[in-house]
Amino acid sequence: MTGTYLGMPAFPKAAHDAVHNPVLRGNLRHATHTIRAKRAKAVGELPDWAALREAGRRIKDHTLRHLDHYLVQLEESVTAAGGTVHWAADAEEANRIVARLVKETGESEVVKVKSMATQEIGLNEALEAEGIRAYETDLAELIVQLGKDRPSHILVPAIHRNRGEIRDIFRTEMGEWGRPAPEGLTDTPAELAEAARLHLREKFLRAKVGVSGANFMVAETGTLVVVESEGNGRMCLTLPETLISVVGIEKVVPTWRDLEVFLQTLPRSSTAERMNPYTSMWTGTTDGDGPRAFHLVLLDNGRTDTLADQVGRQALRCIRCSACLNVCPVYERAGGHAYGSVYPGPIGAILSPQLRGTASEIDASLPYASSLCGACYEVCPVAIDIPEVLVHLRERVVEGGPAVRQGNTVVLQPAKGHAAERAAMRAARWAFTHPGALRTGQRLASRTRRLHPRALPGPGRAWSGTRDLPAVPPEPFRDWWQRTRGGKDGAK
Amino acid sequence: MSSRERILGRVRRALADVPADEGPYEEAVPRDYLREHGQRTTEETVELLAENLVDYRAVVHRCDAEELPLLVMRLLAERGSQEVLVPPGLPPEWLSAADPVRVHDRVADTARRLDRVDSVVTGCAVAIAETGTIVLDGSPDQGRRRISLVPDHHICVVRVPDQVVSSVPQALERLDPTRPLTWISGPSATSDIELDRVEGVHGPRTLEVILLG
Repeated sequence: MTGTYLGMPAFPKAAHDAVHNPVLRGNLRHATHTIRAKRAKAVGELPDWAALREAGRRIKDHTLRHLDHYLVQLEESVTAAGGTVHWAADAEEANRIVARLVKETGESEVVKVKSMATQEIGLNEALEAEGIRAYETDLAELIVQLGKDRPSHILVPAIHRNRGEIRDIFRTEMGEWGRPAPEGLTDTPAELAEAARLHLREKFLRAKVGVSGANFMVAETGTLVVVESEGNGRMCLTLPETLISVVGIEKVVPTWRDLEVFLQTLPRSSTAERMNPYTSMWTGTTDGDGPRAFHLVLLDNGRTDTLADQVGRQALRCIRCSACLNVCPVYERAGGHAYGSVYPGPIGAILSPQLRGTASEIDASLPYASSLCGACYEVCPVAIDIPEVLVHLRERVVEGGPAVRQGNTVVLQPAKGHAAERAAMRAARWAFTHPGALRTGQRLASRTRRLHPRALPGPGRAWSGTRDLPAVPPEPFRDWWQRTRGGKDGAK
Repeated sequence: MSSRERILGRVRRALADVPADEGPYEEAVPRDYLREHGQRTTEETVELLAENLVDYRAVVHRCDAEELPLLVMRLLAERGSQEVLVPPGLPPEWLSAADPVRVHDRVADTARRLDRVDSVVTGCAVAIAETGTIVLDGSPDQGRRRISLVPDHHICVVRVPDQVVSSVPQALERLDPTRPLTWISGPSATSDIELDRVEGVHGPRTLEVILLG
């Protein structure tokens, strides 16, 4: 993905720093708890939620299993409706295409709708290098851009900021980018929203090029769908003369009718609303309404590699609702930055190591950024079994084995850091298959329990640094069972 | 090799495990979810629409055809609107009593010009009761997408009960995907500050819905 995240420390180190930040923990706790209760209520209104979830899962699975067919159909539909389709194998190619398209318009600035795909490929930085300024127009993205910060949540990238911090960022930074914040700006959310409205208005009204992603692309009609709240999406999608949408290839759905499932499950899962304030749907170009030129850039960037993994491919069902982040006990405490990716939280922990591979320290550590409690699977509106994929990816990190990278099959080496773990597992396997040795060892451990250290020495120190060592009982279970006949005679 | 061929080739190799004779789309997706939630009379469906619109901070009015011109006049006057944007096919009688200057949307008008207009009056294509949503499809009584976006005050007339459906699935059946569609559920809002909903960002901050029946 983007260079912004290169050299990120592994998850445990980053999370360790984050959990010691009381402001961050307070902000995250407040926000995630607010949305959790609301989501449960919004979902509870639909008695057929389970059936909608299953239909969503099946639509996405079917599409993924015939992705080549639906991509070609989508290309035909979009082209027939007046759009132009481009294909980008990786981030660099996508950025190059967008920069060229912007330059061809003669413009040097673009307004952007919030888009995970363009975050993923680092489009803003790439455009900057080409002399093109990209203005984020989603409120949270604006806060992140003005604060020279990184996003920490899929839906609300500035979730780690509270209202006071947002006011301070607006006061000091807005003037650098355009219209300054109003005098005497307070930290009430309504005033902050008003400040963003005034700041961005002039940019919308003069914009000639808009850049977006999309939540869905309908293969049979060529329709693109953007779901949003503020109206910045509508501004970027309708006022400019040229619209460029960068969309991951997994966002395609076969039919118009499929939207009836996702337009019910997505808003309730993400903002806990019956329906989000604005949804825009457009099919190619329309004479006299909206952009005269429409370009769709279809992005691979690791998605086909993910598709090649029969267990891991279910991550591509994700509709980016962020319900899994909001319920995750690890995310709530560690925050989004610790995940070292634009995709944080449980879905990020299975998506990033598949899109980027497990070569870097951060990506190899992400499958472990979970307690496997399963709350993420429970709330997922397309039933991605995140714990299953986490365990699968842990195995890949530890054991190595075949995987697909940039379309080529490679054999991954077992991760070095896990040599001690593998040795311990080998020892355990031996002990469990030799009952005599196991019994002797257990008795020895019980008799020496007063002498046991509180932390393991040597390579075990890393393990016991974040865990309590299990207490060894005064007597092994088997001995106790034999002595008391399983406690039947009342003996202790 | 073009990137198109490269990506499609990668997809096909990645899916080598998928049997060639796997069932068609129609069989792959169960549609056993509900077409609508709950049983309601037509009147109750309209009532639910009104409730859900109000729940997301739209202002709801009800009137008959005879009362409509006076109601529109009153809403524009209360707002103090000097100018009102008019889609090309808006029934003229809707604005027959209104005082503000009518501004007809022309392709040549800039977004800046529209930004100086106080209000816009449109019809709609369909309204969804369960979600409190109105959908515009660019028909002559609704106009280009931008006219219901740039002014800060949007008055939308819904013909009840003809234009009202219960649910999202029913709305999609009525809509034409080749038209540019805008689904509107309450005024512009954001949840970006501490995940708490605040109304009023870039789209119209006041949405008034007139249920005409």
